[in-house]
Amino acid sequence: MSVNVENLSVAYRSRRGDVTAVDNVSFSLADGEIMGLAGESGSGKSTLGNALVYLDPRMKATGGRVTVDGRELPIANNNAMRPRRMTEVSLVPQYAMSALTPTRKIGKLINDLLKSHHVKDRDEVYTELRRRLALIGLKEDVLSKYSFELSGGMRQRVTIIMSTLLNPSLLVADEVTSALDVSSQRAVGEMLIEFRDRGYIKSAITITHDLSILAQIADSIAIMYAGRLAERAPTSVLVDSPLHPYTQALLNSLPEVGVRHDQVTLTGIPGRPPSLVNPPAGCRFRERCPFAFAKCVETPPFEEIKPGHLVACWKVSQEHADMAGTGQGLPVREKV
Amino acid sequence: MTTLKLDQVSKLYRSTSRDGGLTPALRKVSFEMKPGEVISLIGESGSGKTTIGKVLLRLTKPTSGTVTFDGKDIQSYSGRGLKDYYRQVQGVFQDPFSSYNPIYRADRVYDLVRGSYFPNVGDKEWSAKVEAALDAVALNPGDVLGKYPHQLSGGQQQRLLIARALLLDVKVLVADEIISMLDASTRVDVLNLLVKLKRQGLAILFITHDLSLGNYVSDRTIILRHGAIAEMGATEKIFGNPQHEYTKMLLTAVPELHKKWQHAPLEEVAVSASGNGLNGSGADVIATDAPASRLAQASILDEITHAEQVVKRDLRAIFGGNRAAASGKSQVAVALEPPALHEFEPDHLVAEPE
Repeated sequence: MSVNVENLSVAYRSRRGDVTAVDNVSFSLADGEIMGLAGESGSGKSTLGNALVYLDPRMKATGGRVTVDGRELPIANNNAMRPRRMTEVSLVPQYAMSALTPTRKIGKLINDLLKSHHVKDRDEVYTELRRRLALIGLKEDVLSKYSFELSGGMRQRVTIIMSTLLNPSLLVADEVTSALDVSSQRAVGEMLIEFRDRGYIKSAITITHDLSILAQIADSIAIMYAGRLAERAPTSVLVDSPLHPYTQALLNSLPEVGVRHDQVTLTGIPGRPPSLVNPPAGCRFRERCPFAFAKCVETPPFEEIKPGHLVACWKVSQEHADMAGTGQGLPVREKV
Repeated sequence: MTTLKLDQVSKLYRSTSRDGGLTPALRKVSFEMKPGEVISLIGESGSGKTTIGKVLLRLTKPTSGTVTFDGKDIQSYSGRGLKDYYRQVQGVFQDPFSSYNPIYRADRVYDLVRGSYFPNVGDKEWSAKVEAALDAVALNPGDVLGKYPHQLSGGQQQRLLIARALLLDVKVLVADEIISMLDASTRVDVLNLLVKLKRQGLAILFITHDLSLGNYVSDRTIILRHGAIAEMGATEKIFGNPQHEYTKMLLTAVPELHKKWQHAPLEEVAVSASGNGLNGSGADVIATDAPASRLAQASILDEITHAEQVVKRDLRAIFGGNRAAASGKSQVAVALEPPALHEFEPDHLVAEPE
């Protein structure tokens, strides 16, 4: 297991007390796995990703344990984290398009980065840098340019190159494709796959609200809702036969190319996620869930229904238990 | 029948960046909006799609060409006439979170409409009108009235703005990326609302860079590239049988849930595609050179950006260097000339490769 997250909770300090944005989340990533993390805005997906690399002063880890390659990651201790960043965990921040300072040339930025991480053999890193630039079709002269001289797609790719230059075990890529046009989206997505295949990164967490991008690049997908994980499964399983009602509703609300309003009317999910200031007890999706029943006032466990397929839903757990008795498989969602 | 018509509309922006010069944002764009029809205007960033919206809403003036509303040039409107134009043509924009003033309640946007357009309407009649408009966008008045913007979700805010347009006697709605900032779960509600309004006879210009959303909602589609129309026609024809190389490239890049991109591992080669000058612009690189890989394709798009900068520099030399040189203007005309459109089949126009 290259990355293991156990019962991680992260809270924001606020005047009304702590707001738990990530609540008791556990998952693990295998070597070479790209996990997609999807959810609505405010679901805590970015907080979870950021917490693995950098807890900013507003955030604090209120519980849990993270290990990377068997070593514990001291996420709550900024100084202890410093040598681990870039080499073991690395982040491509949200709004990476504007993450590059306009006052320094790209090459100078990379130089600063190597200096602050006390890289001894810089020549070797530079050779590697040039190879990677050529690989993704960027010319070497981007190094002598300022960030504002590059197009959005180029900037995004330069940021990813910088974040992965020291071959981290885990790359957290937060909304790396969201602000891009479709053609650049594809280039950036394939770049992540390529970097994984070549071993530049061992595993990655890709955070986005766009499930169709994840269907392209991720090996597994985790769905987050109101600070908790709702479902986690290999990509094809989650896309074709999701079990959690939230995942099903989310997939039903996505138009695909070729689907027109006069043929199929898609439906959204009524209501909105609960506030995390004083979240209701029990399943947090139950207010919006068409299948909610009495049991849902208790918090459902995030349990493994099938190998690699974890779901936090009482209805699914019960059906699973019933089916297991009669020896039948689980019901599969009808495709639209 | 009310129609809004663009005729050979061009727009040059004078850029303020270091290299200065002029950017052709629109190159002789012509199309027509009819009642009861959703047109999706699809293009990548910098293709000029937002500029079209701005021109229609009279937020910017075209450099050449005309926009006519019921046969009358919209630039000729002023005073009462202009107010009447805005009664019928309204816009909703991308970012609902910055469309409101956060220190006032969200429904203040309605009070402003009432102040300018309905000063003589009584309280009772007005609140009935507001409730009808909210009902049309499927909002519950109790949920949204009297709330501050931060208390509402993005979808609610966006629907409030559409309801604001409905309070007026709106015939044409310019919807510029109105759902790109919304979550997937609320996106579809806004899309379905557009379909409903269209059935009531509204003409809607749906500006987007998301091909699947554009396809879902629209009757006709315009693909915009570098400020000129690349392909235009009935949506099912454009998506079912795309003819322009650019449209095809866009469609292969769209991520789909149940179909994977064809990912071919990259070869260890540095890609060099050269685009230079006005004549050998990046565009024919796309048409002639088969790209070595997908990533190389994206880098060709970057090359196009470089080629455009060269065009800009040339324009600057023409305008800034020696204004008196008469030949300058004709050269600008060349740079502005869009590729010719020809009819591939009825209701399906395709541009020449550029």
